[in-house]
Amino acid sequence: MKVLLRNPRRALEVPGPVTVASLLAHLEISREAVLVIVDGTLVTGDSLLDDSASVEIRPVISGGCV
Amino acid sequence: MRCRVCRQPAVIEIRRHNAGFCHECFAKHCRDQVARTVESYSMLSGDDRVLVAVSGGKDSLALWDILLRLGYQADGLYIGLGIGDYSSESAGYARRFAASRSARLVEVDLPGDFGFDIPTGSRAAKRAPCSACGLSKRHLFNSEALKGGYQAIATGHNLDDEAAVLLGNVLRWDLAYLGRQQPVLAEGTGFVRKIKPLVRLAERETAAYCVLEGIDYIVEECPMSAGNRHLGYKELLNGVEETSPGTKTAFLFGFLDKVAPLVGQVAAAERESLHPCPICANPTVSGTCAFCKLAERASSKP
Ligand code: SF4
Ligand SMILES: [Zn+2]
Ligand SMILES: [Zn+2]
Repeated sequence: MKVLLRNPRRALEVPGPVTVASLLAHLEISREAVLVIVDGTLVTGDSLLDDSASVEIRPVISGGCV
Repeated sequence: MRCRVCRQPAVIEIRRHNAGFCHECFAKHCRDQVARTVESYSMLSGDDRVLVAVSGGKDSLALWDILLRLGYQADGLYIGLGIGDYSSESAGYARRFAASRSARLVEVDLPGDFGFDIPTGSRAAKRAPCSACGLSKRHLFNSEALKGGYQAIATGHNLDDEAAVLLGNVLRWDLAYLGRQQPVLAEGTGFVRKIKPLVRLAERETAAYCVLEGIDYIVEECPMSAGNRHLGYKELLNGVEETSPGTKTAFLFGFLDKVAPLVGQVAAAERESLHPCPICANPTVSGTCAFCKLAERASSKP
């Protein structure tokens, strides 16, 4: 599957099927620090992503304009 | 995973509530949290006009959307900071959102209207970019709100922002800052009311709200934010949150309920000693205000 990461923007190819939780664990990304977006909507950690999926992993922790 | 409310498939899991939500129930949850915050802190009354400080990012656009949906008279304020592509792109997100809601967006452009941008201003004044930027924004929020006759200015500070700032203030026991760290700061001579209606929502939730509601926001970070110490505080707190969900809420709201009433007096006393700036008339400790000094230095050293 295609995995798009942001900040900085980069793309990865990861074999599916895999759950969202194990994809994030594999990439060593904290589930609390990102949203996982598939087809314009969000998916939870237990969702299964198949090999043809196109996935965006979007960080949510922002810079701190405080 | 199923929605806690309606048992439909969930799209998001919120660990500190130990619950999953579907799109509709999550969006309602976010709006209810904001409505509850606005009411419990008496942030706005029915006929108040509020100016929402919008950066084009997730928090401020979610805030503007929710206030409009809750029926408040909410206009937006976008400040062009002159930070290269980041500024031109973020302005686009703010303008497109305003157009999509037929909402009014007030715009101020620091380079165009005041003759300096944040990178040169911060160098000229020998201040960190975020310090020059923060004081400029606070100044312009207040003066634009006064100029436009708004009763309040609303900013998109969320639970993570406020918890990170609180940690920073506690680590230094900065009583003056702690005294001012309230979800609502009442209006006073030369000041409009300042409100933070998102303090009950974590930043993962405001981002999720935008994605689900189709609100397009700038995902890229301001290039000046690298190394900002609040980012470090956020990571620290998220580390604790990971092993004990709910810690951030307990930290922030424990402070607001138990400690803020005590330290609030420090800030109140400080406010009473302020004078109007001779150049712009905004309240300041003494002499020319920090914004006018910054503008002066930035324009005298090109
Ligand atoms: S990161 Fe710093 S310089 Fe950039 S917008 Fe936020 S406060 Fe301003
Ligand atoms: Zn539901
Ligand atoms: Zn001034």
